[in-house]
Amino acid sequence: MGSIRLKQVSKSFGSVEVIPPLDLEINEGEFVVFVGPSGCGKSTLLRLIAGLEDVTTGTVEIDGQDATTIRPAKRGLAMVFQTYALYPHMSVRKNIAFPLKMAGLDKAQIDRKVDEAAETLNLTEYIDRRPGQLSGGQRQRVAIGRAIVREPKAFLFDEPLSNLDAALRVNMRLEISELHQSLETTMIYVTHDQVEAMTMADKIVVLRTGIIEQVGSPLDLYRNPANLFVAGFIGSPKMNFVEGPEARRYGAHTIGVRPEHLEVSRDGGLWQGTVGVAEHLGSDTFLHVTVAGIGNLTVRAPGEVGVRYGDEISVTAPKERIYRFDKDGRAIQ
Amino acid sequence: MATDHSRTAARFMISPSVLLLLGWMIVPLSMTIWFSFQSYNLLSPGTEEWIGLLNYEFFLTDPAFFEALANTLLLVGGVLLITIIGGTGLAILLDQPVWGQGIVRILVIAPFFVMPTVSALVWKNMFMNPVNGLFAHLAKTVGLQPFDFLAHAPLFSIILIVAWQWLPFATLILLTALQSLDQEQLEAAEMDGASALNRFVYMVVPHLARAITVVILIQTIFLLSIFAEILVTTNGGPGYASTNITFLVYAQSLLQFDVGGGSAGGIIAVILANIVAIFLMRMIGKNLEA
Amino acid sequence: MARAVTNRRKAVTTLAAWGVGLLIFFPILWTILTSFKTEADAIASPPLFLGFDWTLENYGEVQERSNYFRHFWNSVVISFGSTFLGLLIAIPSAWSMAFVPGKQTKNVLMWMLSTKMLPPVGVLIPIYLIFRDTGLLDTRAGLVIVLTLINLPIIIWMLFTYFKEIPGEILEAARMDGATLWAEILHVLTPMAVPGIASTLLLNVILAWNEAFWTLNLTAAEAAPLTAFIASYSSPEGLFYAKLSAASTMAIAPILIMGWFSQKQLVRGLTFGAVK
Repeated sequence: MGSIRLKQVSKSFGSVEVIPPLDLEINEGEFVVFVGPSGCGKSTLLRLIAGLEDVTTGTVEIDGQDATTIRPAKRGLAMVFQTYALYPHMSVRKNIAFPLKMAGLDKAQIDRKVDEAAETLNLTEYIDRRPGQLSGGQRQRVAIGRAIVREPKAFLFDEPLSNLDAALRVNMRLEISELHQSLETTMIYVTHDQVEAMTMADKIVVLRTGIIEQVGSPLDLYRNPANLFVAGFIGSPKMNFVEGPEARRYGAHTIGVRPEHLEVSRDGGLWQGTVGVAEHLGSDTFLHVTVAGIGNLTVRAPGEVGVRYGDEISVTAPKERIYRFDKDGRAIQ
Repeated sequence: MATDHSRTAARFMISPSVLLLLGWMIVPLSMTIWFSFQSYNLLSPGTEEWIGLLNYEFFLTDPAFFEALANTLLLVGGVLLITIIGGTGLAILLDQPVWGQGIVRILVIAPFFVMPTVSALVWKNMFMNPVNGLFAHLAKTVGLQPFDFLAHAPLFSIILIVAWQWLPFATLILLTALQSLDQEQLEAAEMDGASALNRFVYMVVPHLARAITVVILIQTIFLLSIFAEILVTTNGGPGYASTNITFLVYAQSLLQFDVGGGSAGGIIAVILANIVAIFLMRMIGKNLEA
Repeated sequence: MARAVTNRRKAVTTLAAWGVGLLIFFPILWTILTSFKTEADAIASPPLFLGFDWTLENYGEVQERSNYFRHFWNSVVISFGSTFLGLLIAIPSAWSMAFVPGKQTKNVLMWMLSTKMLPPVGVLIPIYLIFRDTGLLDTRAGLVIVLTLINLPIIIWMLFTYFKEIPGEILEAARMDGATLWAEILHVLTPMAVPGIASTLLLNVILAWNEAFWTLNLTAAEAAPLTAFIASYSSPEGLFYAKLSAASTMAIAPILIMGWFSQKQLVRGLTFGAVK
């Protein structure tokens, strides 16, 4: 249970086509992340799957059944919204029970399932509170609770962590991953944060302006980005790109090197440059180096590095770590 | 953004309101237009006939029409002037730190909830009556002759009564607007060296401008249709001295039973109101987008 | 951060505000006081402010002579009836426009508002004739119909601005949770909108209670609400200040109290959400 297939699905608002026809397959039990910059159509794609928007063309299949015209409630999917979308006038218990009540379950069954979910999500203590009395993380858990009691075919998450502070985000990320491990249900997760995508996904779908740029496992995308966009989007800090004569030496229009693949030495390297700002994080040091004829490079050096503003250093990129792209931004194999 | 399903439901749910309001607009209004071309008096039924624009000609050349038009404009203009100047002053006063602010607010707002017939009668009898009214007593105390307000300054008296009713509305809206002014903005202006007067002129007044426009336009809509206050105080008199367009049309149709003439007057009133309405719609439309 | 204000300045503004407040409130206060006077005291010269023999007999007499409670009941039926009917029609409409806006939504809203600007005299004759011919003249049902129609645009607009503040995601969540359209409106939207619906109700009861064009023109004795009942005092019949005051006090008291509760919503309702 829980495979989803999009066939030639497109979406237009009026005359504006936000998603040109695309195909996508999501396998049972997979954790799929839609990632891309804001306005890339990732949330729209999720809403098409949910049934909150009608597709303009194409079909949405859930478990091999055509679900294109089925109403959202009948698709057997559960959704966790960015703003949590809790019902403010209902207690936590009633919030979680709402989908079950709508499904017409009897009271004993509802109570049992709600208690179970509350237990799993550590909400038992707050069960009689209203959403307004909960912290952001607790609200998030209630929203997840409301989704899991339905035992849906798949979970849809629409940027669920974007309203939480950084520390909480890391925690919730783990909790959602653990939930996926224990439930083994398909999850589709939308985010603009590539770190979330990399840490959680089985499969990442990178979107830009409604077009799928690449689909693959996190390490796949990291190792073999299909194009400049994916190369720049995945990985932090961002990949360095160099154009011009230096790129042509490698037979490419653009070359890219990840900051963590650049090696720093005091003398005798590939490129000579001047250190600008050095960011000392303890575990790593980020150096912003200006190289004549190439531009600014970001270097991620492990551990503590004793360089300062204005130091002259040399930077080397191992040949096998250099990504090459053609004039259209496509990767050259 | 939604699905076809919800859009269909939405259309279905909005239709009762639309149909009712459409009916409310079209049916009586087209009847009024139809009557306005007829010679039609309720006292002599069966003699209706098509007389073209004669009713309009009759209505528009009647000196009473021009007097009523002038009275309408004076009434609207006078009330607006009093309520906006008074309302701004009151709003600024109530925005100051005051002990018992909540109670003062309640006192100031109260007249708005008094039904028009009550306020008109109370003012007419207990304040403006030349024998037993409070104003007459006041005049006698300082050695003046009591003044018969409604006989000698009927329109002015009505303006006073209506302004008393609408002053709370203007005050309340301007006060709300004043309180929504960002305090940090004022503090930033103060840091930038603006004096209290400068802050008032450059920050507060522009901020209030929108609220004042709202007050003007909404009050105008209501003030054009003032009726009960005139009915119970002066009955439009003496002569036509306190008759406005609304009252003139009422008198023509329900007192003289002249359906044709009254209808022509009604259509003229609709046209006048539309001119005002166009401005109001534009402004509210802008706010809808904001 | 509020700044400290000297007590002296606060005393000055307090004095000014209370002075102006009492001045504006005085006609109402005077009416209430006069309602407790005898007719002789009511026109005493010089006027008696508090030093008179307090009496309740005016209230009894108003009821006895003119059957006050029938008019009061007419007012209640007409104002609440038209408001409830209006809400019933308006809630689904406001839901549609707030949560499923289409290209025409803005135009529909503006058009609805424009019907409110139709001057009543423009349709007085047809309505009068239609009512005469259908037997609706001087009936409460007739007034409920007219007041529902004239206040419908305000009701829709107020509800619309309140609904707009409810995040659409919550309704979508309900839809995902399996709620049908009616369940969505009943279990999720309505409870969340209760404060907004209550304010709308309050303001519209006030507006309908005080409406004095249609109530005066379409009623005679039978269905006359308080507005028309009070107007009948305009033809003087001897000394009647105290009784007029008693009748007036009774007519405005309930609405004055409701009005004070709704003062915050009043601004929003009467400006169609333009000022909040």
